Amino acid sequence: MSKRSIEIWVGIFVTAGVAALVMLAMQVSNLSSMSTGDTYKILANFDNIGGLNVRSPVKASGVLVGRVSNIIYDDDGYHAVVTMSIEKQFNKFPIDTSASIYTAGLLGEQYIGLSPGAEEDYLVDGDTLMFADSAVVLEKLIGRIMTDKLSN
Amino acid sequence: MTSLLTSLAGMMAKTGQRALHFFSRIGRSAQFLILLFRALPSLLPRPNLVIKQLFSVGVLTIIIVLVSGAFVGMVLGLQGYNILVRFNSEASLGTMVGLTLVRELGPVITALLFAGRAGSSLTAELGLMKATEQFSSLEMMAIDPFKRVFAPRFVAGIIAMPLLAAIFSAVGILGGYFVGVGLLGVDAGAFWSQMQTSVDFHQDFMNGVWKSLAFGFTSTWIALYQGYDAVPTAEGVSRATTQGVVNASLVVLALNFIITALTLETN
Repeated sequence: MSKRSIEIWVGIFVTAGVAALVMLAMQVSNLSSMSTGDTYKILANFDNIGGLNVRSPVKASGVLVGRVSNIIYDDDGYHAVVTMSIEKQFNKFPIDTSASIYTAGLLGEQYIGLSPGAEEDYLVDGDTLMFADSAVVLEKLIGRIMTDKLSN
Repeated sequence: MTSLLTSLAGMMAKTGQRALHFFSRIGRSAQFLILLFRALPSLLPRPNLVIKQLFSVGVLTIIIVLVSGAFVGMVLGLQGYNILVRFNSEASLGTMVGLTLVRELGPVITALLFAGRAGSSLTAELGLMKATEQFSSLEMMAIDPFKRVFAPRFVAGIIAMPLLAAIFSAVGILGGYFVGVGLLGVDAGAFWSQMQTSVDFHQDFMNGVWKSLAFGFTSTWIALYQGYDAVPTAEGVSRATTQGVVNASLVVLALNFIITALTLETN
């Protein structure tokens, strides 16, 4: 085989490989929907975080506005402190915004839902939310229904 | 009594011999790697040597990678659908096919095919060159065989593996899409969107790329070393070729487990 056609074939091979890499990166992974990376952090104290994980979504009205970036247990206040990284473009959450932990689908992954309040001032980097509802733990719910049934 | 002792000593000697042989091989392969790295800078002014090897290592391996990628993806689609439909979650088929291919099967199966298709030909070629004393003749002409013969093949193997693995995964995902969406009626939007939300660029995609680079490095190294170290006879070359493929496959599988265990986030 001549040198020229070898070069052409290698060119085709490298182009196909790079095209496959780009297709995987764009079409298959979440690179295309990844945020620009400019975020600010707000904190929330939950009594129970259920199955929330680092990188769980944070949504407002169902739209993704950020992700959970850290979860620690505060053994002074006996609650979980969840740090959320919110994208910079969504910087108009009032300071009385409340956070609740919801489940996508009946048994799906858990996410934080933000409901904006009515105050004039906006949350800034490092603020802690005033209101945070715990996750619904299915076993507790079932337990409560059981005791209700039994007491009736 | 004495005969027992002698036979025991003989057994010990045999074990010791095997162990020494094993360790000396590992030592020589490390020395071989150092010589390879030393020869790498000499490739910069002569990229043509690498291009020529990319043809035999990469281009000639494409066909088998394309075909097996398509079939593996189709089987994943079929089998995944059959399992997921029991839990009413066949919409997650995209997640399953995408994650399995990008993280695990893409790099691993490509590396196994690479060891069988490209690695064996490298070992056989080099072993035969050694048997016909071509390395000595190159040295007689003041040409370093490491710079001229080994380094270009090494670099070509490392470049070709990630590209081949990406082609495998891409074709596999299309195969899974064809079976899942085309034949079994999974929703196309759900297939892609679920895949995109669950396959993370850094943790899954880049993990696959790093893996395939590591596999390319090790399997090319093993193939080249087996050829370099082959007993220069017809039998020696054939044994080196077999051993090269077997060793490379085992190392790839073990390495894959180690990398996955180290990088998989369990939460």
